[in-house]
Amino acid sequence: MALLAAWLVILTSQVAFAMETVYQEPGEFLEQNLPGCQKQVLWLKNDTKARIEQLVSHPYPGVRIRYCEKEGKTAWVLDEIGKTEPITSGVIVNQGRVEQVHVLVFRESRGAEVHRGAFTRQYENAALERDNTLDRYIDGITGATMSVSAVNRQVKLALLLDEVVREKSDDN
Amino acid sequence: MRTFLMIALLTSSTAGFAADTQMDEMQSVIKTQQEQIDFLLKQLDDTREVVLALKEQVDANAQATAEANEKAEILADNMESQPVMAESSTRFGGYGELHANMLENQVTGEDSNVLDLHRFVLFFSHDFNDRTRFMSELEVEHALSGDGKPGEVELEQAYIEYDWATNQSMRAGVFLVPVGILNETHEPPTFYGVERNPVEKNIIPTTWWEGGLQFHGGFADAWRYDAAFHSGLYTDADDNYAIRAGRQKVAKAKFDSGAATGRIRWLGIPGLELSASVQYQDDITQETDPTAGSAWLYTGHVSWRHKAFGLRALYANWSLDGEGPEEVGADRQNGWYIEPSWRFNDKWGVFARYNRWDNKAGNNSDTEYSQWDIGINYWLHPNVVFKLDYQDQDAPDGKKELDGWNLGVGYQF
Repeated sequence: MALLAAWLVILTSQVAFAMETVYQEPGEFLEQNLPGCQKQVLWLKNDTKARIEQLVSHPYPGVRIRYCEKEGKTAWVLDEIGKTEPITSGVIVNQGRVEQVHVLVFRESRGAEVHRGAFTRQYENAALERDNTLDRYIDGITGATMSVSAVNRQVKLALLLDEVVREKSDDN
Repeated sequence: MRTFLMIALLTSSTAGFAADTQMDEMQSVIKTQQEQIDFLLKQLDDTREVVLALKEQVDANAQATAEANEKAEILADNMESQPVMAESSTRFGGYGELHANMLENQVTGEDSNVLDLHRFVLFFSHDFNDRTRFMSELEVEHALSGDGKPGEVELEQAYIEYDWATNQSMRAGVFLVPVGILNETHEPPTFYGVERNPVEKNIIPTTWWEGGLQFHGGFADAWRYDAAFHSGLYTDADDNYAIRAGRQKVAKAKFDSGAATGRIRWLGIPGLELSASVQYQDDITQETDPTAGSAWLYTGHVSWRHKAFGLRALYANWSLDGEGPEEVGADRQNGWYIEPSWRFNDKWGVFARYNRWDNKAGNNSDTEYSQWDIGINYWLHPNVVFKLDYQDQDAPDGKKELDGWNLGVGYQF
């Protein structure tokens, strides 16, 4: 009976809780990790979009992606679905290699362990191989498989987009 | 004088003529220049008109460009406001496994060759909203069910889950008991070996589900907990109080004695899971056997994967009160296994496993089983696996001792 009462109290108090955990605001992430960067927009041509969709294995509805650039480094704030909710991560890329990864906003009911530095530090210095895999093994987290997979996709996407930006500047 | 006058007249008339000629020429030049000036002025006017027209055109183009940019921004904003991945709130998935077991009883020399669609499972889930969802798992075991048939149709999970706070959820319904490694995660591509390991099968006993209420969530970053209050086992003397025989599967289950399960897990290092569970049931015979009483289960396991290397190890122990279980040695039932593995790449992996278990560990007789397994997995796709292993069993006297090969294919989606 006591359990049932506790359950009912919890059910009726649902409005008091927010499921979204904001570890760092995206603007704060940019300011802290790439201060003074120039905001840019990358419009996605068909071939770029095809590469993105192949990499993330699902349709990508956007036609442009905003990023920030400074001295050859690019910063990306990207969303990817974990299980049912988007996870927002920030990725700094320096000439094709990951410099930093931060999980900024987590909205799933489980798998929040992906925001821990012990996990995200594994991506430092990682690069993208030709077959859209990372050049290193990333140890997963038991019970957070889909969140780990989402962060993997975000990091690979940031590396791909950085490559597109560098190809574009070479053409110019 | 006359001559002088004549000369002067002639000279002046000649000069006058020359002046007239020069004047004409000058007028002609001036006229030409005037015409050129007029022409240039006209050209200038024309050019000015062209420039003005061009300026208008440039202004119009700039406006059109701005409008186009604005439209593109609106379109892009609109597209970006769509969900990243459109997904139905009702989903289904599943897994299954076909096994070929080619074993020989080392005691009798009798062969046991069996081809079995061991499991065919369908998941159905529905999200009522961001916080409330339904999850179910319907299973057909051994392909054919009914009177005298080898299989069963089982509902292993059917619960409502509600996220009552960030990283905190609760379940009400039928759920998998939070113990061991395989009990909750047993899709074929996630583990080595064709058959599930005998320790979790006979001691825990996997797959084990009960009905009730479960709370689960995380705290302090790397910790996760489960606390469940649910229906319990129902063992009796006819089955020597064997734990596996006590599963009621929430099918008109006796509910004279409930149970409580707690689990704590630490996930502080990527790839590593440390876990411990405890369960208490105050009467494991559901008040049908006065010679038996309460029961405690303690389990602990480690699951570690670092790069290619993997390691799983588990220990589980049941303690049953009462002279009934004690008489047959079932007052202690326990087992453990250790399973190192090596993943060469995305496709290939090998493992070895040593298992020991005893459902009558409380007596002094030889009732303990041990088993070696060694084998290989080939992942055709991350969610499709082919498996081959060899098992070498050591059984107590008078019991089947099955050695031989197992071959299987499994999938999940």
